[in-house]
Amino acid sequence: MNKTDIISTRNMKRDFIEDILKRTKKMEPIAEAKKQVDILEGKTLATLFFEPSTRTKLSFMAAMNLLGGTIIGFDDPRTSSVKKGETLADTIRVVEGYANAIVMRHPNEGAAALAAKFSKVPIINGGDGSNQHPTQALLDLYTIIKEKGTLDGLEVTLAGDLKYGRTVHSLAYALSKFDASLVFSSPPSLRMPEWIVADIKAAGTPVKEINNIEVQSDVLYLTRIQKERFPDIEEYQKVASAYVLDGDAMEKLGKETMIMHPLPRVNEISAEVDKDKRAKYFIQSFYGVPTRMALLAMVMTDR
Amino acid sequence: MGEELKVKKIENGIVLDHLPCGTAPDIMKILGVDDETKETISILMNVPSSMYEKKDIIKIEGKEFEDIMVDKIALLAPGATVNIIKDFAVIEKRKIRIPDVIDVVNCPNPSCITNQKEPIKPKLLVEFTKPLKVRCFYCERVFSEQDVMEKM
Repeated sequence: MNKTDIISTRNMKRDFIEDILKRTKKMEPIAEAKKQVDILEGKTLATLFFEPSTRTKLSFMAAMNLLGGTIIGFDDPRTSSVKKGETLADTIRVVEGYANAIVMRHPNEGAAALAAKFSKVPIINGGDGSNQHPTQALLDLYTIIKEKGTLDGLEVTLAGDLKYGRTVHSLAYALSKFDASLVFSSPPSLRMPEWIVADIKAAGTPVKEINNIEVQSDVLYLTRIQKERFPDIEEYQKVASAYVLDGDAMEKLGKETMIMHPLPRVNEISAEVDKDKRAKYFIQSFYGVPTRMALLAMVMTDR
Repeated sequence: MGEELKVKKIENGIVLDHLPCGTAPDIMKILGVDDETKETISILMNVPSSMYEKKDIIKIEGKEFEDIMVDKIALLAPGATVNIIKDFAVIEKRKIRIPDVIDVVNCPNPSCITNQKEPIKPKLLVEFTKPLKVRCFYCERVFSEQDVMEKM
Protein backbone atom coordinates (compact mmCIF):
# COMPACT_ATOMS: atom_id res chain seq x y z
CA MET A 1 0.00 0.00 0.00
CA ASN A 2 1.27 3.45 -0.88
CA LYS A 3 1.34 5.81 2.04
CA THR A 4 3.19 8.99 2.84
CA ASP A 5 4.98 9.04 6.19
CA ILE A 6 6.53 12.22 7.57
CA ILE A 7 9.55 10.91 9.44
CA SER A 8 12.60 13.05 8.76
CA THR A 9 13.59 16.12 6.75
CA ARG A 10 16.90 14.44 5.91
CA ASN A 11 15.34 12.35 3.16
CA MET A 12 12.83 14.93 1.93
CA LYS A 13 13.32 16.29 -1.56
CA ARG A 14 13.09 20.02 -2.23
CA ASP A 15 10.02 19.47 -4.48
CA PHE A 16 8.22 17.65 -1.70
CA ILE A 17 8.95 20.42 0.80
CA GLU A 18 7.82 23.08 -1.66
CA ASP A 19 4.61 21.17 -2.27
CA ILE A 20 3.86 21.13 1.46
CA LEU A 21 4.60 24.85 1.73
CA LYS A 22 2.14 25.54 -1.15
CA ARG A 23 -0.51 23.43 0.55
CA THR A 24 0.16 25.30 3.80
CA LYS A 25 -0.52 28.61 2.08
CA LYS A 26 -3.94 27.33 1.01
CA MET A 27 -4.73 26.26 4.56
CA GLU A 28 -3.72 29.54 6.15
CA PRO A 29 -7.06 31.39 5.56
CA ILE A 30 -8.97 28.48 7.11
CA ALA A 31 -6.66 28.52 10.13
CA GLU A 32 -7.01 32.29 10.46
CA ALA A 33 -10.78 32.27 10.24
CA LYS A 34 -10.93 29.32 12.64
CA LYS A 35 -13.80 28.06 10.52
CA GLN A 36 -14.27 24.35 10.08
CA VAL A 37 -14.20 22.74 6.64
CA ASP A 38 -15.05 19.14 5.78
CA ILE A 39 -11.87 17.95 4.06
CA LEU A 40 -11.21 15.30 6.72
CA GLU A 41 -14.79 14.59 7.74
CA GLY A 42 -15.11 10.98 8.79
CA LYS A 43 -11.35 10.61 9.30
CA THR A 44 -9.67 9.91 12.61
CA LEU A 45 -6.22 10.99 13.76
CA ALA A 46 -4.53 9.15 16.62
CA THR A 47 -2.10 11.21 18.68
CA LEU A 48 0.32 9.03 20.63
CA PHE A 49 2.44 11.18 22.92
CA PHE A 50 4.88 9.03 24.86
CA GLU A 51 6.53 12.28 25.92
CA PRO A 52 4.85 15.51 26.99
CA SER A 53 3.97 18.11 24.39
CA THR A 54 1.83 21.21 24.38
CA ARG A 55 2.25 23.07 21.10
CA THR A 56 2.73 20.12 18.82
CA LYS A 57 -0.22 18.23 20.24
CA LEU A 58 -2.54 21.25 20.47
CA SER A 59 -1.75 22.45 16.98
CA PHE A 60 -2.35 18.98 15.53
CA MET A 61 -5.66 18.86 17.41
CA ALA A 62 -6.61 22.34 16.19
CA ALA A 63 -5.61 21.38 12.63
CA MET A 64 -7.68 18.19 12.73
CA ASN A 65 -10.68 20.05 14.17
CA LEU A 66 -10.51 22.74 11.50
CA LEU A 67 -10.51 20.07 8.79
CA GLY A 68 -13.59 18.39 10.28
CA GLY A 69 -11.86 15.24 11.53
CA THR A 70 -11.88 13.40 14.85
CA ILE A 71 -9.01 12.88 17.28
CA ILE A 72 -8.23 10.01 19.62
CA GLY A 73 -5.09 9.31 21.59
CA PHE A 74 -3.13 9.59 24.80
CA ASP A 75 -0.52 11.93 26.16
CA ASP A 76 0.48 10.02 29.23
CA PRO A 77 2.00 6.61 28.56
CA ARG A 78 1.54 5.75 32.23
CA THR A 79 -2.18 5.33 31.60
CA SER A 80 -1.76 3.23 28.46
CA SER A 81 -0.80 -0.36 27.76
CA VAL A 82 2.79 0.80 27.25
CA LYS A 83 3.05 0.83 31.02
CA LYS A 84 2.30 -2.90 30.94
CA GLY A 85 5.33 -3.47 28.73
CA GLU A 86 3.72 -3.48 25.31
CA THR A 87 6.18 -2.95 22.47
CA LEU A 88 5.81 0.10 20.25
CA ALA A 89 5.40 -2.25 17.29
CA ASP A 90 2.31 -3.78 18.96
CA THR A 91 0.85 -0.42 20.04
CA ILE A 92 1.11 0.80 16.46
CA ARG A 93 -0.51 -2.30 14.98
CA VAL A 94 -3.43 -1.90 17.38
CA VAL A 95 -3.90 1.84 16.91
CA GLU A 96 -3.73 1.65 13.11
CA GLY A 97 -7.01 -0.22 13.33
CA TYR A 98 -8.63 2.80 14.97
CA ALA A 99 -7.27 5.70 12.92
CA ASN A 100 -6.48 6.95 9.41
CA ALA A 101 -3.15 8.44 10.49
CA ILE A 102 -0.96 8.51 13.59
CA VAL A 103 1.01 11.40 15.04
CA MET A 104 3.58 10.19 17.53
CA ARG A 105 6.17 11.64 19.89
CA HIS A 106 8.54 9.17 21.50
CA PRO A 107 11.68 9.45 23.66
CA ASN A 108 13.74 7.04 21.53
CA GLU A 109 15.46 8.02 18.31
CA GLY A 110 14.17 6.03 15.36
CA ALA A 111 10.76 5.37 16.94
CA ALA A 112 8.91 7.05 14.08
CA ALA A 113 10.76 5.03 11.45
CA LEU A 114 9.91 1.86 13.35
CA ALA A 115 6.26 2.89 13.59
CA ALA A 116 6.20 3.57 9.85
CA LYS A 117 7.55 0.10 9.19
CA PHE A 118 4.78 -1.58 11.15
CA SER A 119 1.87 0.74 10.38
CA LYS A 120 -0.48 0.47 7.41
CA VAL A 121 -1.61 4.07 8.02
CA PRO A 122 0.64 7.12 7.62
CA ILE A 123 2.91 8.03 10.51
CA ILE A 124 3.77 11.64 11.29
CA ASN A 125 6.81 12.09 13.51
CA GLY A 126 6.02 14.56 16.30
CA GLY A 127 9.56 14.17 17.67
CA ASP A 128 11.73 11.08 18.17
CA GLY A 129 14.27 11.54 20.96
CA SER A 130 16.99 13.95 19.93
CA ASN A 131 16.71 12.94 16.28
CA GLN A 132 14.01 14.77 14.34
CA HIS A 133 10.94 16.98 14.57
CA PRO A 134 10.08 17.39 10.89
CA THR A 135 6.70 19.13 11.21
CA GLN A 136 8.35 21.86 13.29
CA ALA A 137 10.98 22.35 10.58
CA LEU A 138 8.28 22.65 7.92
CA LEU A 139 6.42 25.32 9.86
CA ASP A 140 9.76 27.05 10.45
CA LEU A 141 10.41 27.13 6.71
CA TYR A 142 6.92 28.47 6.12
CA THR A 143 7.53 31.24 8.65
CA ILE A 144 10.80 32.23 6.99
CA ILE A 145 9.18 32.33 3.55
CA LYS A 146 6.29 34.42 4.88
CA GLU A 147 8.65 36.92 6.44
CA LYS A 148 11.54 36.95 3.98
CA GLY A 149 9.78 35.91 0.76
CA THR A 150 12.31 33.16 -0.01
CA LEU A 151 14.55 30.50 1.48
CA ASP A 152 17.28 30.87 -1.11
CA GLY A 153 20.21 33.15 -0.50
CA LEU A 154 19.51 33.51 3.21
CA GLU A 155 21.90 33.08 6.10
CA VAL A 156 20.28 31.33 9.04
CA THR A 157 21.89 31.07 12.47
CA LEU A 158 20.77 28.15 14.62
CA ALA A 159 21.74 28.82 18.23
CA GLY A 160 21.58 27.20 21.66
CA ASP A 161 21.44 23.46 22.26
CA LEU A 162 22.34 22.06 18.87
CA LYS A 163 23.36 18.67 20.22
CA TYR A 164 20.09 17.41 21.66
CA GLY A 165 17.71 19.83 19.94
CA ARG A 166 15.69 17.85 17.42
CA THR A 167 14.08 20.98 15.97
CA VAL A 168 17.45 22.37 14.88
CA HIS A 169 18.48 19.01 13.42
CA SER A 170 15.35 18.91 11.27
CA LEU A 171 15.62 22.56 10.30
CA ALA A 172 19.30 22.27 9.32
CA TYR A 173 18.53 19.34 7.01
CA ALA A 174 15.46 21.11 5.57
CA LEU A 175 17.43 24.30 4.84
CA SER A 176 20.19 22.28 3.21
CA LYS A 177 17.73 21.48 0.39
CA PHE A 178 17.66 25.19 -0.45
CA ASP A 179 20.44 27.65 -1.30
CA ALA A 180 20.76 28.88 2.27
CA SER A 181 23.93 29.13 4.31
CA LEU A 182 24.00 28.03 7.92
CA VAL A 183 25.69 29.29 11.06
CA PHE A 184 25.74 26.94 14.05
CA SER A 185 26.16 28.76 17.35
CA SER A 186 26.42 26.79 20.58
CA PRO A 187 28.50 26.17 23.69
CA PRO A 188 31.29 23.66 22.89
CA SER A 189 29.55 20.86 24.78
CA LEU A 190 26.31 21.32 22.82
CA ARG A 191 27.67 21.52 19.28
CA MET A 192 25.74 20.23 16.29
CA PRO A 193 26.51 16.49 15.98
CA GLU A 194 29.42 15.97 13.61
CA TRP A 195 27.51 13.64 11.31
CA ILE A 196 24.85 16.30 10.78
CA VAL A 197 27.49 18.93 10.04
CA ALA A 198 29.07 16.49 7.58
CA ASP A 199 25.73 15.75 5.90
CA ILE A 200 24.89 19.44 5.57
CA LYS A 201 28.28 20.23 4.09
CA ALA A 202 28.01 17.27 1.73
CA ALA A 203 24.74 18.77 0.47
CA GLY A 204 26.77 21.80 -0.60
CA THR A 205 25.52 24.13 2.12
CA PRO A 206 28.09 26.56 3.53
CA VAL A 207 28.45 26.06 7.29
CA LYS A 208 30.13 28.23 9.91
CA GLU A 209 30.42 27.48 13.63
CA ILE A 210 30.49 30.28 16.23
CA ASN A 211 29.71 30.67 19.94
CA ASN A 212 27.68 33.84 20.39
CA ILE A 213 24.45 35.36 19.10
CA GLU A 214 25.77 38.72 17.96
CA VAL A 215 24.88 37.98 14.36
CA GLN A 216 23.74 39.85 11.28
CA SER A 217 22.08 36.79 9.70
CA ASP A 218 18.67 36.97 8.04
CA VAL A 219 17.33 34.63 10.72
CA LEU A 220 18.38 33.90 14.30
CA TYR A 221 16.75 30.67 15.46
CA LEU A 222 17.26 30.39 19.19
CA THR A 223 16.67 27.24 21.26
CA ARG A 224 16.68 26.58 24.94
CA ILE A 225 19.78 25.38 26.76
CA GLN A 226 18.61 23.04 29.49
CA LYS A 227 20.17 23.03 32.95
CA GLU A 228 20.17 19.23 33.00
CA ARG A 229 22.79 19.16 30.25
CA PHE A 230 25.42 20.62 32.60
CA PRO A 231 27.26 19.07 35.53
CA ASP A 232 26.55 22.03 37.81
CA ILE A 233 24.47 25.18 37.91
CA GLU A 234 27.46 27.54 37.78
CA GLU A 235 28.73 26.00 34.59
CA TYR A 236 25.23 26.25 33.13
CA GLN A 237 24.85 29.91 34.08
CA LYS A 238 28.24 30.80 32.70
CA VAL A 239 27.49 29.17 29.35
CA ALA A 240 23.79 29.93 28.97
CA SER A 241 24.13 33.66 29.56
CA ALA A 242 25.79 34.02 26.15
CA TYR A 243 22.57 32.72 24.57
CA VAL A 244 20.12 35.09 26.22
CA LEU A 245 18.43 37.65 24.01
CA ASP A 246 17.60 40.79 25.98
CA GLY A 247 17.55 44.51 25.22
CA ASP A 248 21.34 44.78 25.13
CA ALA A 249 21.76 41.74 22.91
CA MET A 250 19.09 43.11 20.56
CA GLU A 251 21.27 46.18 20.01
CA LYS A 252 24.03 43.96 18.64
CA LEU A 253 21.70 41.95 16.42
CA GLY A 254 21.21 42.71 12.72
CA LYS A 255 18.52 45.31 12.05
CA GLU A 256 16.67 42.90 9.73
CA THR A 257 17.43 39.70 11.63
CA MET A 258 14.17 37.90 12.35
CA ILE A 259 14.06 36.05 15.64
CA MET A 260 12.55 32.60 15.81
CA HIS A 261 12.14 30.10 18.64
CA PRO A 262 10.33 26.75 18.72
CA LEU A 263 8.95 27.63 22.20
CA PRO A 264 8.55 27.15 25.07
CA ARG A 265 11.14 29.73 26.08
CA VAL A 266 12.22 30.02 29.66
CA ASN A 267 14.63 32.90 30.01
CA GLU A 268 16.55 32.85 26.74
CA ILE A 269 14.38 35.62 25.23
CA SER A 270 13.37 38.35 27.63
CA ALA A 271 9.82 39.73 27.51
CA GLU A 272 11.07 43.15 26.32
CA VAL A 273 12.03 41.55 23.00
CA ASP A 274 8.42 40.55 22.27
CA LYS A 275 7.40 44.00 21.03
CA ASP A 276 10.43 44.34 18.71
CA LYS A 277 9.41 44.00 15.06
CA ARG A 278 12.13 41.39 14.57
CA ALA A 279 10.47 38.99 17.04
CA LYS A 280 8.49 36.40 15.06
CA TYR A 281 8.13 33.45 17.43
CA PHE A 282 4.43 33.85 18.15
CA ILE A 283 3.41 34.08 14.51
CA GLN A 284 5.79 31.15 13.93
CA SER A 285 3.86 29.19 16.51
CA PHE A 286 0.56 30.04 14.77
CA TYR A 287 1.90 28.75 11.44
CA GLY A 288 2.06 25.34 13.08
CA VAL A 289 -1.68 25.04 12.51
CA PRO A 290 -1.87 25.57 8.72
CA THR A 291 1.33 23.52 8.25
CA ARG A 292 -0.15 20.59 10.16
CA MET A 293 -3.47 21.00 8.34
CA ALA A 294 -1.58 20.70 5.06
CA LEU A 295 0.26 17.60 6.26
CA LEU A 296 -2.86 15.90 7.60
CA ALA A 297 -4.84 16.57 4.43
CA MET A 298 -1.95 15.36 2.32
CA VAL A 299 -1.30 12.07 4.10
CA MET A 300 -4.97 11.21 4.67
CA THR A 301 -6.58 12.29 1.39
CA ASP A 302 -3.87 13.68 -0.88
CA ARG A 303 -5.91 16.89 -1.04
CA MET B 1 51.13 -25.44 1.39
CA GLY B 2 50.30 -28.27 3.84
CA GLU B 3 53.92 -29.20 4.29
CA GLU B 4 55.06 -25.65 4.79
CA LEU B 5 52.36 -24.89 7.35
CA LYS B 6 52.65 -28.17 9.17
CA VAL B 7 48.87 -28.37 9.45
CA LYS B 8 47.11 -31.18 7.74
CA LYS B 9 44.49 -30.64 5.09
CA ILE B 10 40.86 -30.97 6.05
CA GLU B 11 38.61 -33.46 4.32
CA ASN B 12 35.33 -31.55 4.38
CA GLY B 13 34.68 -28.10 5.77
CA ILE B 14 35.76 -24.52 5.27
CA VAL B 15 38.97 -22.56 5.35
CA LEU B 16 38.88 -18.87 6.19
CA ASP B 17 41.88 -17.45 4.40
CA HIS B 18 43.47 -14.03 4.04
CA LEU B 19 42.28 -12.91 7.46
CA PRO B 20 44.16 -9.79 8.56
CA CYS B 21 46.93 -10.69 10.96
CA GLY B 22 45.71 -10.85 14.56
CA THR B 23 42.00 -11.15 13.80
CA ALA B 24 41.76 -14.93 14.26
CA PRO B 25 40.88 -14.83 18.00
CA ASP B 26 38.02 -12.38 17.42
CA ILE B 27 36.78 -14.36 14.46
CA MET B 28 36.82 -17.51 16.60
CA LYS B 29 34.44 -15.70 18.94
CA ILE B 30 32.14 -14.84 16.04
CA LEU B 31 32.24 -18.48 14.96
CA GLY B 32 31.12 -19.39 18.46
CA VAL B 33 34.03 -21.71 19.07
CA ASP B 34 34.30 -22.80 22.70
CA ASP B 35 35.07 -25.92 24.71
CA GLU B 36 31.74 -27.44 23.64
CA THR B 37 32.72 -27.30 19.97
CA LYS B 38 32.94 -30.74 18.40
CA GLU B 39 34.60 -29.86 15.10
CA THR B 40 38.36 -29.97 14.64
CA ILE B 41 39.70 -26.48 14.21
CA SER B 42 43.14 -25.34 13.14
CA ILE B 43 44.23 -21.77 13.66
CA LEU B 44 47.26 -20.37 11.95
CA MET B 45 48.51 -16.93 12.81
CA ASN B 46 51.28 -14.76 11.37
CA VAL B 47 51.45 -16.77 8.17
CA PRO B 48 53.46 -15.09 5.35
CA SER B 49 51.00 -13.64 2.82
CA SER B 50 51.07 -11.95 -0.56
CA MET B 51 48.01 -9.82 0.24
CA TYR B 52 49.11 -8.57 3.65
CA GLU B 53 52.59 -9.01 5.04
CA LYS B 54 51.20 -11.64 7.37
CA LYS B 55 47.80 -13.26 7.60
CA ASP B 56 45.73 -15.55 9.78
CA ILE B 57 43.97 -18.70 8.61
CA ILE B 58 41.22 -20.73 10.30
CA LYS B 59 40.30 -24.25 9.15
CA ILE B 60 37.15 -25.87 10.42
CA GLU B 61 36.35 -29.47 9.74
CA GLY B 62 32.70 -30.28 9.05
CA LYS B 63 31.31 -26.72 8.83
CA GLU B 64 29.22 -25.48 5.92
CA PHE B 65 29.43 -21.97 4.51
CA GLU B 66 25.88 -21.33 5.70
CA ASP B 67 26.94 -22.11 9.30
CA ILE B 68 29.16 -19.05 9.65
CA MET B 69 28.12 -15.44 10.22
CA VAL B 70 29.83 -14.21 7.13
CA ASP B 71 28.56 -10.61 7.42
CA LYS B 72 30.03 -10.25 10.87
CA ILE B 73 33.33 -11.77 9.79
CA ALA B 74 33.36 -9.34 6.86
CA LEU B 75 33.48 -6.41 9.27
CA LEU B 76 36.73 -7.71 10.78
CA ALA B 77 38.17 -9.19 7.64
CA PRO B 78 36.88 -7.53 4.50
CA GLY B 79 38.54 -9.14 1.49
CA ALA B 80 39.07 -12.47 3.21
CA THR B 81 38.07 -15.64 1.38
CA VAL B 82 36.15 -18.71 2.41
CA ASN B 83 37.35 -21.87 0.71
CA ILE B 84 34.81 -24.65 0.67
CA ILE B 85 36.47 -28.05 0.91
CA LYS B 86 35.04 -31.37 -0.24
CA ASP B 87 37.15 -34.55 -0.25
CA PHE B 88 40.36 -32.60 0.46
CA ALA B 89 39.83 -30.33 -2.57
CA VAL B 90 38.79 -26.69 -2.78
CA ILE B 91 35.51 -26.82 -4.68
CA GLU B 92 34.66 -23.13 -4.32
CA LYS B 93 36.28 -19.88 -3.18
CA ARG B 94 34.03 -17.12 -1.94
CA LYS B 95 35.29 -13.63 -1.27
CA ILE B 96 33.88 -12.02 1.85
CA ARG B 97 32.66 -8.47 1.35
CA ILE B 98 31.01 -5.98 3.65
CA PRO B 99 27.27 -6.13 2.96
CA ASP B 100 25.23 -3.05 2.00
CA VAL B 101 23.15 -3.46 5.13
CA ILE B 102 24.55 -4.75 8.42
CA ASP B 103 21.96 -6.46 10.60
CA VAL B 104 24.30 -8.55 12.75
CA VAL B 105 25.57 -5.69 14.95
CA ASN B 106 23.37 -3.58 17.21
CA CYS B 107 23.10 0.16 16.66
CA PRO B 108 25.80 1.82 18.81
CA ASN B 109 23.28 4.46 19.95
CA PRO B 110 21.89 3.02 23.22
CA SER B 111 18.80 5.21 22.93
CA CYS B 112 17.97 3.99 19.41
CA ILE B 113 14.57 2.29 19.17
CA THR B 114 16.29 -0.85 17.85
CA ASN B 115 17.93 -1.27 21.28
CA GLN B 116 14.58 -1.21 23.16
CA LYS B 117 13.29 -4.81 22.89
CA GLU B 118 11.25 -4.15 19.78
CA PRO B 119 10.70 -7.06 17.35
CA ILE B 120 13.12 -5.77 14.71
CA LYS B 121 16.67 -6.39 13.61
CA PRO B 122 19.20 -3.58 13.59
CA LYS B 123 19.67 -1.99 10.15
CA LEU B 124 22.98 -0.22 9.64
CA LEU B 125 23.34 1.08 6.10
CA VAL B 126 26.92 1.02 4.84
CA GLU B 127 27.79 4.41 3.36
CA PHE B 128 31.54 3.83 3.02
CA THR B 129 33.64 0.68 3.36
CA LYS B 130 37.14 2.19 3.64
CA PRO B 131 37.10 3.35 6.35
CA LEU B 132 33.81 1.85 7.39
CA LYS B 133 31.03 4.38 7.91
CA VAL B 134 27.47 3.27 8.61
CA ARG B 135 24.18 5.05 9.23
CA CYS B 136 21.40 3.57 11.32
CA PHE B 137 18.25 3.40 9.17
CA TYR B 138 16.17 4.12 12.27
CA CYS B 139 17.94 6.73 14.43
CA GLU B 140 19.82 8.19 11.40
CA ARG B 141 23.09 8.53 13.30
CA VAL B 142 26.40 7.85 11.59
CA PHE B 143 29.00 5.58 13.16
CA SER B 144 32.64 4.87 12.53
CA GLU B 145 34.37 1.53 12.21
CA GLN B 146 35.44 1.79 15.84
CA ASP B 147 31.85 2.38 17.02
CA VAL B 148 30.73 -0.71 15.12
CA MET B 149 33.62 -2.86 16.37
CA GLU B 150 32.78 -2.00 19.95
CA LYS B 151 29.34 -3.54 19.41
CA MET B 152 30.69 -6.81 17.98
